[in-house]
Formats: sequence, structure tokens, C-alpha cells
Amino acid sequence: MKVFYYNQDNINTDLMFPGKYTYESSDPEFIKQHLFEDLDPEFSNRVKPGDIVMAGRNFGCGSSREQPAVGLKYCGVRAIIAKSFARIFYRSSTNQGLLLIESPKAVEEYNQGEEVQIDEIKGEISIGNKKYKFPSLPKQMQDILANGGLLKYIKSKSHYFTFSDKME
Amino acid sequence: MGETFVQKVFSKTIGRPVQVGEIIFVEPDYVLTHDNTAAIMKKLDQVKKSIKVKYPERLVIVLDHITPAANSSSAENHKQIRGFVKEQGIIHFSEVGQGICHQRLPEMGLAKPGSIIVGSDSHTCTYGALNVFSTGIDRTEAAAIWITGQVWLKTPHSFKINLTGKFNQGVYAKDLILHIIGKLRADGANYRSVEFHGDAITKFSISDRMTISNMVVEMGGKNGVFPVDEQTKEWLSKRGVIEYEPVWADQDAEYEKEFTFDLSEVEPQIALPHSVDNVKPVSTAKGIKINQGLIGTCTNGRIEDLRISAKILKGKKVHKDVRLLILPASAQIYQQAISEGILSDLVQSGAVILPPGCGPCLGAHQGVMADGEVTISTANRNFKGRMGNKLAFIYLASPATVAASALTGEITDPREFYD
Repeated sequence: MKVFYYNQDNINTDLMFPGKYTYESSDPEFIKQHLFEDLDPEFSNRVKPGDIVMAGRNFGCGSSREQPAVGLKYCGVRAIIAKSFARIFYRSSTNQGLLLIESPKAVEEYNQGEEVQIDEIKGEISIGNKKYKFPSLPKQMQDILANGGLLKYIKSKSHYFTFSDKME
Repeated sequence: MGETFVQKVFSKTIGRPVQVGEIIFVEPDYVLTHDNTAAIMKKLDQVKKSIKVKYPERLVIVLDHITPAANSSSAENHKQIRGFVKEQGIIHFSEVGQGICHQRLPEMGLAKPGSIIVGSDSHTCTYGALNVFSTGIDRTEAAAIWITGQVWLKTPHSFKINLTGKFNQGVYAKDLILHIIGKLRADGANYRSVEFHGDAITKFSISDRMTISNMVVEMGGKNGVFPVDEQTKEWLSKRGVIEYEPVWADQDAEYEKEFTFDLSEVEPQIALPHSVDNVKPVSTAKGIKINQGLIGTCTNGRIEDLRISAKILKGKKVHKDVRLLILPASAQIYQQAISEGILSDLVQSGAVILPPGCGPCLGAHQGVMADGEVTISTANRNFKGRMGNKLAFIYLASPATVAASALTGEITDPREFYD
């Protein structure tokens, strides 16, 4: 498990996946090649399943493009821990089944090289012997995450194809 | 305790009062997609083969991001979208060259006060100018709405922004919203519904309001909204929109924060590279050399913006070291600019007129910069790499500031060109 630590604010989706590629291909392998290109050109070569990304405030601001979330999920990133997230990116990551955790303290107190463990059930991040609590997600989001993303969630609910009045 | 705008729209939609923080499911009136439609179509197949969209009449599809096609892959993209439009019976479709989605959707008479619109584009918040609750979503979520007709929305806290006073000469709506973003910062309104109140707003044209609502997302806002007044009614009736139910906050609505800005205290503003909240008065950036000017985009490509630009450029020549690119936001605006003689003035000044569309704003084609070059633009984002080259620099300002700077070859306070 590696931690990619970017303690800077307002990391926007253009830095994570430049706009010039947004209509070239939606293939996750293509996205991976350009992921974080203007933020950390080494990222796509180094990232491995189970890795964690840590960042500052307003992570994912700017364009609504979903390729950063798609790419991070495809690379097997375990979670993103940030001081805060931009609204559309938050939805976007949930839609891809990617776990986001808001914990300004964990990001602030993190030292390079430390191991990070996440326990979603307990709502707890462990860094060395320091513990950071995070609140559990609203039920709707838990369901989407548990299914591995919004489309898989919809697929699991056949009633969407024969419309019913209420979503569960 | 009264309700805010967003509470009222949501309450009206689901038929009972909603609380701040509550998650509700709604069927949006329209869901907008653009060149990303082809990618969203492929997501339908992931759920079920040959699926029919639930409400084809609620889809709005506008080709604007890479138009006309820049290469065979963007052409293929457009071709697939045209096929989908026919196959699914989509009636609200806007072809290449007709304009930018955030201009086209209101022009097509689809932005009705009090309605709910979502779009897979972050600047979907623009229709707040017409009293719409509108906000950005991603491609996956657009696919989900095509299938289910529904989207979940969390009822946000609201900010009240009071606008008072009057602009001084040479100061515009763009300067105001840049000033506000500079004060609140890039995440200052994250997840918030931003309401614009106060005496000053009645003087704003719909174009001004669209510029302001458009940029609310640059401070994290979920939406940014204006009340309906006589100007709104007139603008809408010209586009055949007569029947709608305007919504506005109660007098005693509860706001998380309130701000007041006096327009007479705002001077021309500029956002310096590489973030939209890095805002300073233009006068402090004076003299920085530019290579390119860009007037257009969903923020400032309307007829009023072209008039302001032409007034400064008419009878003068763009500086020899500057390329000035101008993109009307829609074909209707383009036509209007021709009728008024504005395009002729602009071309004679040395400007290059590009077809209506997003053009250079997203860095895919038209006006990409070389390493180290500088563009001053009326767009809404100046992120590193935004216009296609991470080694280039983008400054954001009003059409007047861009036009004035294009003449002098360096960042210039437009007030030097008045009187």
C-alpha cells in the first residue's frame, strides 16, 4: 500500500485528466495513461491496487468530467482522503464506487511514509497509532458503493426498467 | 421560518416541505448532455442492451465542445450521437455550429423558471439566471437518469448575496462575479445554493445574470439563482416561454451566510493564473504582455458582450503581436451581430471570428497556445493546461478588458478607453 500525498488545495479535474483528452476515448486503460498527467506525471506508472490518495481542500473542483474518478477506480485506488471535496467530484466518485473520506486532521497530521488503514464499518482511519473518526455515509450512497457504482446498482434493481414511483 | 429558493423548488416538486440536508429523489425537467453523449450512450449498454431512454422528450443534446469536428474521432463521436438522436426520438437536439449548450438550452425555450435541470457539464448552473434550479452532474449519472428518469439531490444550505449600488463606467457583471469569487475563494460556496438579492439585480440584463450564475460553480456552488422580474418575462416570452411558476425565497428564509457587495466599489477585475479565485484589480496586472485574446464561451459570448467589445475595437487595430479570437455563443447571436454590423467592426479590427461553440476554452482545438504564451480570456477557467498546454498562462477578465488588452498588446484597464 502506498500513499500518494498531495497536501495542496483546489486540485482540479483538468490537472487530473486534461480536457484535450476528454473526447478521445472513454477506455479506462487510456484514462489511466493520462491520469494525474498535469499534477504528478509519475502517478500512472506507480499506482497499484490498494493505494491511497491524500489531498487538501476542494479536491476535484472544476469540470464535471468523470475520467479522474473512473481512472482512480480502475487503478484500484482504495480511497481518497482529503480535507474536503468539490461537489460534483464527490458524486462522481460515489457513482464509480470509489470511497471518499473527508478528514482534514488526518491529512494535516500525516507524515510521508506512514501506513494508512481504513475501516469503513467503524468509520475510522488509522495512521500509525493515531486514529481519525469519519461519519458513516447516507444509506443511498452506501448502497451505491456496496454495488460497485451507480450503474451496477441500477442493474441490480430490475424495477427501474418497469418504472415504479419510488426509488428504494 | 420561511423557505429558501432551493427548499421551495424541492418542496414543490415532491409535494411536501423539505429540510436542509435531506436527500430527495426528483425527476428533472430536462437532462443536458453535449459531445459527451456518445460516451453516455455506451454506459446504457453496460446496464442493458438496446435500452430505450425513459423520457426521450426530457433529453437535451447539444453538439458544441469540439465543433466542427477536429479529427476523425470527434467526427465519429458526432455521427454516433446523431444516430442515437434518431433512434431514441430525441426532439431537443442542437447541431454543430448552432451554439454552446448553456446558450442553446435557454434559446430553445427549455429553461423555465421554477423548474429543475441537470446536465453533465459543470456550468449547467447558468440557468439560475432564469430562476431555474440547475446543476452539474457527471456522465454516469446522466446515463442513470436516462434510464430511471430520476436523480437524488441533497437539499443544500443557502447563501444570500445582496447586491446594491451601481457599476462605474467600464465595470461589468464579469468583474463582479470575479470579485465575489476572489472574496469567497474556490471552495467558499461548496455545496451551497447561492441566491442573488438586492436592488442592483433589477438593472442586470439576462446576459449579465447568465455570466454571474455561470461562474457560481467556480466557488463550489451547487447553483446560483436570480428571481423572476419583468426582464426575465420579456426574455422568455421572446423565446415562446409563457407558462411557468416562478419560485423565490420567503422573506424570513434561513441562510447559512449573508454577504453584501456594493457595485460602485468594484473596479475591473482579473483572475491570474492558475486559479479562478486568484483575483486582483486589473490595474495591478497592468503591462503583462499577451499573445492571444479570447472573447466568447458560455460565460461571455452573448450579443451584449460582442457590443461592448466592438465599441472598444471599432476603427482601431488589434496589436500586431496579438491574435484576437471571437466566438459568438450561438448562431442566433452571430446573426444578430451581423445585423448590427458588429462582426464587420470586429473583423476590420483584425479579430478572427470562430464558429459558435466552446472552441479554445477546453483546449481540444482552435487557439491552443505554444509553451510560455499568454491568453487573456472571457472564459470561466484558467487552470493549468485548461487551454491545451500546461506551460501556457490564462488570465480571466471581462470582454471590455480583453478588447482593451488586445489593442495594446498587454493587460490593460478598459477604463482607459472610455470618455
